[in-house]
Amino acid sequence: MNEQNMNPAAVQPDQAAVPAKPKRPKSKSQLMAGALLDKAYNDTMEAKARGEKIGWATSLFPQEIAETLGLHIVYPENHGAAIAAKKLAAPFLEYAEAHDCNNDLCSYAKIDIAYADIFDCSPASNMAKPDFLLIGNNGCNEITKWFEVIGRKLEIPTFMIDFTYNHMPYVTDSRVQYIKAQIEQVIEALSAFTGTTWDPDRFAEIMRVSTENRNLWEQVADYLELQPSPLSGFDLFNYMGPMVFTRGRRETGDVMRQLIAEIEEHIKNGTSTFPAKEEFRVFWEGIACWPYLSHNLKTLKKYGINVCATAYARAWSLDYTPGDIESLARAYAFTSSNNILLEESVRRRKEWNTKFHIDGTIYHVNRACKVMVCQQQELMRQVSEACGGLPYMSFDGDQADFRNFSEAQFETRIEAFAELMRKHKEERRNG
Amino acid sequence: MLTMGVDIGSTASKAVIMEDGKRIIARQLVAVGTGTRGPSEVYKKILEEAGVNRSGIARIVATGYGRLTFAQADRELSEVSCHGKGMRFLCPRVCTVIDIGGQDAKALLLDDRGNLENFIMNDKCAAGTGRFLEAMSRVLDVQVEDMGRLSEKSQNPVSISSTCAVFAESEVISRLSSDEKVEDILAGIHASVAKKVSGLAARVGYRPQVAMSGGVAKNKGIVRAMEQELKCGILVPEDCQMAGAIGAALFAYQDMTRHESAADERAIYRKGEKDDE
Repeated sequence: MNEQNMNPAAVQPDQAAVPAKPKRPKSKSQLMAGALLDKAYNDTMEAKARGEKIGWATSLFPQEIAETLGLHIVYPENHGAAIAAKKLAAPFLEYAEAHDCNNDLCSYAKIDIAYADIFDCSPASNMAKPDFLLIGNNGCNEITKWFEVIGRKLEIPTFMIDFTYNHMPYVTDSRVQYIKAQIEQVIEALSAFTGTTWDPDRFAEIMRVSTENRNLWEQVADYLELQPSPLSGFDLFNYMGPMVFTRGRRETGDVMRQLIAEIEEHIKNGTSTFPAKEEFRVFWEGIACWPYLSHNLKTLKKYGINVCATAYARAWSLDYTPGDIESLARAYAFTSSNNILLEESVRRRKEWNTKFHIDGTIYHVNRACKVMVCQQQELMRQVSEACGGLPYMSFDGDQADFRNFSEAQFETRIEAFAELMRKHKEERRNG
Repeated sequence: MLTMGVDIGSTASKAVIMEDGKRIIARQLVAVGTGTRGPSEVYKKILEEAGVNRSGIARIVATGYGRLTFAQADRELSEVSCHGKGMRFLCPRVCTVIDIGGQDAKALLLDDRGNLENFIMNDKCAAGTGRFLEAMSRVLDVQVEDMGRLSEKSQNPVSISSTCAVFAESEVISRLSSDEKVEDILAGIHASVAKKVSGLAARVGYRPQVAMSGGVAKNKGIVRAMEQELKCGILVPEDCQMAGAIGAALFAYQDMTRHESAADERAIYRKGEKDDE
């Protein structure tokens, strides 16, 4: 299966004759981030070839556990996003739907379940066959079932931490104890299964490195406070790979420090990675629409709309005390918008909208992520109300299934949305 | 000064030529939309009707889903802005515009000055759009333009509960096989569309006056069902289907007068500079 015939939708006949516009060269930090991710996939492949046991994990499973045990882990959600962004998703989606997956399933799940059947599907076959699965349901409940399917299919064990939904604006102590007990049990069972030894000092060190990387990531995101911003907020999506994948490793800090140096350079020169004059600053709600990332950016750019805040990229910014399992349990239980109550979601967005001088919110009504979308209508209303009638718009899309998005509909909505934001800004200016 | 607005929708191409942003001097509609002969035909016809050529038109603004492929346009604008502007021209006191087009439905809220205050559009689903009605007209073997008139005869409207066009089609077929009257089924279809679209109006916070634009507004059955749902009267201007094109022509005029006043300002400024010397 070659790249050209993997996605028939990728090349439109009328576009084929037009020479492609040369792409902007990637920055050093982008190249470093890409290389780090490639290395993480390759290391896992090599570990597998050496006969080591390797795992697949949900994206918000505490990576500190595997990292401490020296286990190589890959993340199917990240893999699915990369496949979608590279426009390689079509054969996986079609295969999944032809093999008992309902069209309504999460598109990451469909891609991954298909991948687990057809490993030899180069150029996307960079995720080695797993020997065990690590599940945390803090970002999504469907993933529990998706991983169980893969566990049964490949006849491999699953190690799960149930993170509980938070009905209060904090994680209760009893819940922290419940999660902590599970973490300790997973450590014991995973060590036994993989023949590895738990070292509490190494665990504390991994947490220290992760915290350092988290602080650097926060620093990057906080540059978006500046008006105009020295970076395009969409850039954060491109650097999420290392934060999801390797935030427990020192090399991730090198990428972040390089990125910070580049941003500082932009500030010094009065330039930005946002390729247009920044007219509006928006909050992007939900997962990126990976198959149309460049289309979305191009459309936003046309109206000078810079994405200056997103809850999604911040989910991997975990704040805890190194060496303290309880604080780790608390942080992982309270990071994703998918397992916190609406009031807390609104509170966070109100804070971010002020901090980042937000002019409006774009809601991605993501067909793949039912849990993220189910409270979205109410979130729209309450956030707008809490922020003085802040304009918002929504569009239908999908994080990885390119069939669930219409470019024309997105463009129409964005154009009208720019008009709303312009009017709202004028009204605010005139008191 | 003559300006032209062209609205290339998914099912029809519309064009108007306006004089000084005040008077419509020509209007044309071709019943096929983007990707067909529609755009070029409507352009040719409107110039013929007005008796002018391209050089006689100061500016052309295109709107609708086919706007980006209409080469003659000087500027493209979304139909959300154009429908709002066009409807304010047709109904000067309108605050809420409900537009049901071929492939989308939207509710627009306008402020006191006629600017867009908020908008909500349907999701990707075709329910509540002109396409939905077209599909139903095929199943019932009734012309789209006759649907409204026929539904007026309904004594016992049936309930069409499916919002999916495909499922609703099956539902309509099963109603036909149970010998329900066509007019009663039509009334049920209209109520189903009205429920879906009035949901958008409720979410946008509709307030009177409410007016409808788009080709579907010509269907009196839909308008009546919408009035029942929203519990208020709905204005339907004669030119409801041309609202987008009218808005585009008005934006074209606004562009030109702004350019002119900017040029005047520059001239005054230059004169001032000379006076200072």
